[in-house]
Amino acid sequence: MNVFLAQLLNGLDKGGAYALIALGLTLVFGTLGVVNFAHGALFMLGCFCAVTFRYLITLETVTIDPEKLSPWGSPVEVRTPLVQNWFGDFGAVLVDYSVPISILLAIPAMLIIGIAMERGLIKHFYKRSHAEQILVTFGLAIVLQEIVRSFFGANPVPQPIPSDLRGAADIGVWFGMAAHTLTYPWWRLIYLLFSAVVIGGVFAFLQFTTFGMVVRAGMADRETVGLMGIDIDRRFTIVFGLAAVVAGVAGVMYTPLLAPNYHLGMDFLVLSFVVVVVGGMGSLPGAVAAGFLLGILQSFASMTEVKSLIPGIDQVIIYLVAVVILLVRPRGLMGRRGIMEN
Amino acid sequence: MIEATPNIILHAADVHKNFGGLRALSDIDLQIEEGKTHAIIGPNGAGKSTLLNVIIGRIPPSSGAVVFDGTVLTGKAPHEINQLGISRVFQTPEIFPDLPVLHNVMAPAFARRDGAFRVNLLRSIDSERQIRQEAEDILDDIGLHGRRGDHAGSLSRGDKRRLELAMCLIQRPRLLLLDEPTAGMSRHDTNTTIELLRKIKSSGMTKVIIEHDMHVVFSLADRISVLAQGRIIASGLPQEIKEDPRVQQAYLGGSVQ
Amino acid sequence: MFSLSRKDLAALAVFAAVVLTMPIWLAPFGAAYPGLMQKFAIYAIFAIGFNILFGLTGYLSFGHAAFLGVGSYTTVWSFKLLSMDIGPAMLFAIIVSGVFALLIGYFSLRRTGIYFSILTLAFAQMSYSLAYSVLTPITNGETGLLLARDDPRHLDALFGAQATAAGLPQPTLFGMSVTGYTGFYLCAVILIIAFYLSQKIFASPFGMALRGIKSNQTRMNYTGFNTRPYMLAAFVISGMFAGLAGALLSITDPLAGAERMKWTESGNVVLMTILGGVGTLFGPVIGAWLIKYFENIFSAINTNMLNGLFSFLPDGVQTFVVTVLSKFVGEGWHLTLGLMFVLIVVFLPGGLVEGFHRLMVRLKRQKATPDGVTSVQPAE
Ligand SMILES: Nc1ncnc2c1ncn2[C@@H]1O[C@H](COP(=O)(O)OP(=O)(O)OP(=O)(O)O)[C@@H](O)[C@H]1O
Ligand SMILES: [Mg+2]
Repeated sequence: MNVFLAQLLNGLDKGGAYALIALGLTLVFGTLGVVNFAHGALFMLGCFCAVTFRYLITLETVTIDPEKLSPWGSPVEVRTPLVQNWFGDFGAVLVDYSVPISILLAIPAMLIIGIAMERGLIKHFYKRSHAEQILVTFGLAIVLQEIVRSFFGANPVPQPIPSDLRGAADIGVWFGMAAHTLTYPWWRLIYLLFSAVVIGGVFAFLQFTTFGMVVRAGMADRETVGLMGIDIDRRFTIVFGLAAVVAGVAGVMYTPLLAPNYHLGMDFLVLSFVVVVVGGMGSLPGAVAAGFLLGILQSFASMTEVKSLIPGIDQVIIYLVAVVILLVRPRGLMGRRGIMEN
Repeated sequence: MIEATPNIILHAADVHKNFGGLRALSDIDLQIEEGKTHAIIGPNGAGKSTLLNVIIGRIPPSSGAVVFDGTVLTGKAPHEINQLGISRVFQTPEIFPDLPVLHNVMAPAFARRDGAFRVNLLRSIDSERQIRQEAEDILDDIGLHGRRGDHAGSLSRGDKRRLELAMCLIQRPRLLLLDEPTAGMSRHDTNTTIELLRKIKSSGMTKVIIEHDMHVVFSLADRISVLAQGRIIASGLPQEIKEDPRVQQAYLGGSVQ
Repeated sequence: MFSLSRKDLAALAVFAAVVLTMPIWLAPFGAAYPGLMQKFAIYAIFAIGFNILFGLTGYLSFGHAAFLGVGSYTTVWSFKLLSMDIGPAMLFAIIVSGVFALLIGYFSLRRTGIYFSILTLAFAQMSYSLAYSVLTPITNGETGLLLARDDPRHLDALFGAQATAAGLPQPTLFGMSVTGYTGFYLCAVILIIAFYLSQKIFASPFGMALRGIKSNQTRMNYTGFNTRPYMLAAFVISGMFAGLAGALLSITDPLAGAERMKWTESGNVVLMTILGGVGTLFGPVIGAWLIKYFENIFSAINTNMLNGLFSFLPDGVQTFVVTVLSKFVGEGWHLTLGLMFVLIVVFLPGGLVEGFHRLMVRLKRQKATPDGVTSVQPAE
């Protein structure tokens, strides 16, 4: 039972990441009608927002302290981060909490990147074939990841969890179990809550604002909304910016769980496409549901018991589930008729 | 002259179709005589197109069956029904917009000659002289010969309609179903289409035609059925229909032009 | 029966000439060595086959690498079990990948649009993962399937043709080794045959039916075509082309690894086809060549070569130029590739072939107006 719960929890945080990426992807699919192969790159850029932020606040001054000598007799280099010089202890906290704080950098940065991408390139491709959309967004994704590589190199750049949040929560105790029966790393728990909040926020935004209403109407029937004389163009830009922000912050918070490298986006791209399509084209709840479903199933499939029962299952589970769902349900979990079916 | 027992080529027996709560067709019993032109008229939303959809296998009836020349059509796939000799012109033209006009007309001829599936890689389209000639003749008849090289998607709505008619005619179907074949056409084009349909009539092809234009209906139809709210409220010779008070009330609003 | 229209015949002649003279015209581009040229030929075959499915029917498969991989594995197994002759190897590769395509196609073609794409992707990714894990007895896992001196090679044994030389046996064609230029010309001839076949398919009533499916599947059904077997046939044919390409990969370099089935490889052939021009005869070939050229040549350029190239410049300028350019070559070749994708799709809608046609039309029109003569370079 506990093993079961532990795996469920393990799957949930991964599922949260899948759901967040898929959410933006399907939003862009549904409203703009664009197959965006650069969406994974947006996730990756989000990760590197965290890396950049940390790089900036850990810029340090190096002074040589002539008083102190190292064991082999040379003067000791003293490194102090600039922020610590300026803000004292608060600076140290900043450095420690660099990952969550870098969300503040990531939101405006991703918004600007998203808007620039849409205005500069994507918007010219609304009426072009899906094939051409794939080519241009794929090209863009390559360019973005190469730019990142030229700045940050090819190696993964691990990001630390804030020291207060390391270790695991003894969740079992909360539910009246004995101590240490069910533990769950704090940061994963935080990621899960974080993704729930972001997903909830996006849904609330779409549900309760007039802007959201227009976007949803646009997903249901693009032409009519256009005919209603609503300035769709501007809204499309904002939707794309929103999708970029969601992918970006999903990336920021994921960095302590998976050290980001420049081609992380491509790895997540394929997976997020599977998630979106399994969820069903044009359905936001479908994408979220599929994200969590696949995350959880993947975590179960990697249990040794399961693996010994069905060898190799952990490698193929996502694709196997995708095949089964798509063969049983023509439009995935909750897809709508006529979207990307031809 | 005494008519022999008429040969019924198509029989829709006791057909019902519900869309959720909507009764699109109820209790339809329709018999089409071979070689005749049978018009189906009725107000918008009466269920005329739905009836054709049931016949060609686009939607399954909720109950009842359609029999074509001794074969039960219900449950068959659309291509099987076509291969039995039934072609349809749709209300909104269904053509191949990305293919040249000439190939639009040749493709159905291949389906007629080669059946539902055949991988013939050895012939080329250009070497199919006979089919090409046939297609050009039909395009000539229909007045689209000059545009045979253009992409069909670039045609006007009326021209698309005529093209679709040509695509059906080249199959030489035994039963031709026409869903408002002259809608969106100019008076002149409508008249040429009527002429063309008259000409085919003499070839013995059976036709079912749905039409709002009474001029077209009365110049072509041998028999008329009137559909209103999913039911056939009257069926008979054109003259009878013209004079039927129920029809005048339900459909023609009391005034027949 | 084997005839082509006059226009197609001319195209075939030009194509054959271009392919066979590769060693000459590729020399100035630094690409005229057999190892690379045979890759050009092999990936062109892959793309030509892919285009028969995607170009004609509009169904975008994202899993064609699976067939490439199956072709490779089958070939190596044929070398190991039967004979080092490439005849049976290619034959079996085509058959096995065809059967594999039949299976995957049968299920994937129950869906259309993006649902179809994801199904093909999922099947291919499963094959890829399984090749690494459970199927290790067949695929030899991460090491890849290799030849061994003591492979049984039953057919060869039957005819008493044992490898005499030391080291691993080499693939042969009727006893003739297929390394170096022989290997290239072998691939080149097969590419020309593949091109011819795709011309035949494009011009046939079968090809017309496939185009009809792309244009309006509803009309096809109500016109009496059973579209499912047409689609399946197209899928299997294009899978066999991929299998053949995979076979040639293993013939020119006798090993087979799972990475050939990875989605990036499937994505590559999609990009090649779109880049050159979906649904055109030459497009996929040009796209394949371009991408392979960048992958192999641009990635091999290093700072020293750049310095040599720009040594005529004043020192400061030289350093500057070399620093900038070095971002685009060597490890940075991906950047160039990505930029090229974006630029081509922005400025040449429909791919290189379409764009080229459009340029020619515009050029002709400008020639007609006397004052509008400007020199426009085709963007190749
Ligand atoms: N696939 C469907 N699903 C739900 N309702 C449908 C469907 N097809 C038709 N209907 C409904 O069935 C009724 C009959 O439609 P149908 O298209 O047969 O009318 P019609 O007589 O052809 O009208 P018109 O003259 O406008 O073409 C209409 O109320 C229509 O909305
Ligand atoms: Mg109708």
